[in-house]
Amino acid sequence: MAGVAVSTTINGDNVEYLCQPDETLLDVLRDRLGLTGAKEGCGTGDCGACSIILDDRLVCSCLVLGAEAEGRRVETIEGMAHGDRLHPLQQKFLEHAALQCGVCTPGFLIAAKDLLAKNPDPTEEEIRFGLAGNLCRCTGYDKIVRAVQDAASVMKGA
Amino acid sequence: MRYIRPLSMEDAVGQLASSPGTAAILAGGSDLLVRMKGGFIEPDLIVDIKAIDGLGEIRETAEGFIIGAAVSCALMGESAALKREWPGVVEAAKLIGSKQVQGRCTIVGNLCNASPAADSVPALVAAGAMALIAGPGGRRTAAVEAVPTGPGKTSLAKGEIIEAILLDRRAPRSGDAYLRFIPRTEMDIAVVSAGVNLTLDEQGVVKSARVALGAVAPTVLLVEEAAEALIGRKLDEAALERLAKVCSGACRPIDDKRGTVEFRRKVAGVLARRAATTAYARAGGK
Repeated sequence: MAGVAVSTTINGDNVEYLCQPDETLLDVLRDRLGLTGAKEGCGTGDCGACSIILDDRLVCSCLVLGAEAEGRRVETIEGMAHGDRLHPLQQKFLEHAALQCGVCTPGFLIAAKDLLAKNPDPTEEEIRFGLAGNLCRCTGYDKIVRAVQDAASVMKGA
Repeated sequence: MRYIRPLSMEDAVGQLASSPGTAAILAGGSDLLVRMKGGFIEPDLIVDIKAIDGLGEIRETAEGFIIGAAVSCALMGESAALKREWPGVVEAAKLIGSKQVQGRCTIVGNLCNASPAADSVPALVAAGAMALIAGPGGRRTAAVEAVPTGPGKTSLAKGEIIEAILLDRRAPRSGDAYLRFIPRTEMDIAVVSAGVNLTLDEQGVVKSARVALGAVAPTVLLVEEAAEALIGRKLDEAALERLAKVCSGACRPIDDKRGTVEFRRKVAGVLARRAATTAYARAGGK
């Protein structure tokens, strides 16, 4: 299989890589670029652990080919904090203990960031609905929802 | 395996038509990549159609809407004009998958995947939607219901690509609706589904109707007898009962862990009734 040369933007940086035509963007991020924040849970778009933002759309990176990122804008969990300064969502996930094993957490954070970007003042129902594409097998979701509610109120005040 | 991203439909069609092995069309990838991952398909050629001009857009014309093959269901949900004129089609498209999947999945992909349980297809069939197809011999249109021929199979010839779905502009006093039954509240495959599309006269009498059922036969069913049960009447109890009976009778479902034959027949009638009631209200009927 011939490699595909891709030129894209990841977290604001221009990035170039070679990938196989059938290689997912998730595998490119993790195995070629060392961006291991996005996780592979199911690999079939059901669990949301690999969530990224592609041209302002929340997507599962396991359902995107690496080759498709050509000329597009990719945002991953690695771009969420600014240096040592955590994003309010990250800070609130810590304060509310909204994680246990942590595998789902990058996906939840990215999905929550996308949710608040489009709806800065969501109801609890809207948060639960907006995060329905992310599965967590540890926390039972309540703490995650509370962390997102708290982060939303902090971000509104900012 | 080769991955290509043609810039024109002619190039895409040419590459598909001349590909010697297995070729796959990639738009949202939410079915294709899962099938590749599962080893159900190993394409020699992947044709990504998203860079083709216009395919990522919803265009409004004097005749209606042209929904490009690369338009995500999320984008459909953001189109106020489409939601206003075809709320049933949009609510069906918005039921597919999670928010992550919504950002990628397309109604053309949903149609070409040819699952009997595809959510957007009964709504499109009820809407009388047409598929605009580009192929080696030029362009043609086909009714949406003529595209799937059985589970995983379509009537598309080698080299053919559905480039858009066409929806008519609405006549006054029209409404459509789509409902499905799933055992969970979100993100599941329809056990039974129903799409209904109605146009009323000034007195609220049904002038024209289309009723489609999903997940109760190898392909989505357009039930003409169900439409006849509604035409020429207001949506009274007798008409609704007749509609439910006809829909239950039209089902040819399988028995599986998600639902028995008996259950699917019964629920098809119930959903058709409820979808008709919503469509009628949306059309302004009282």
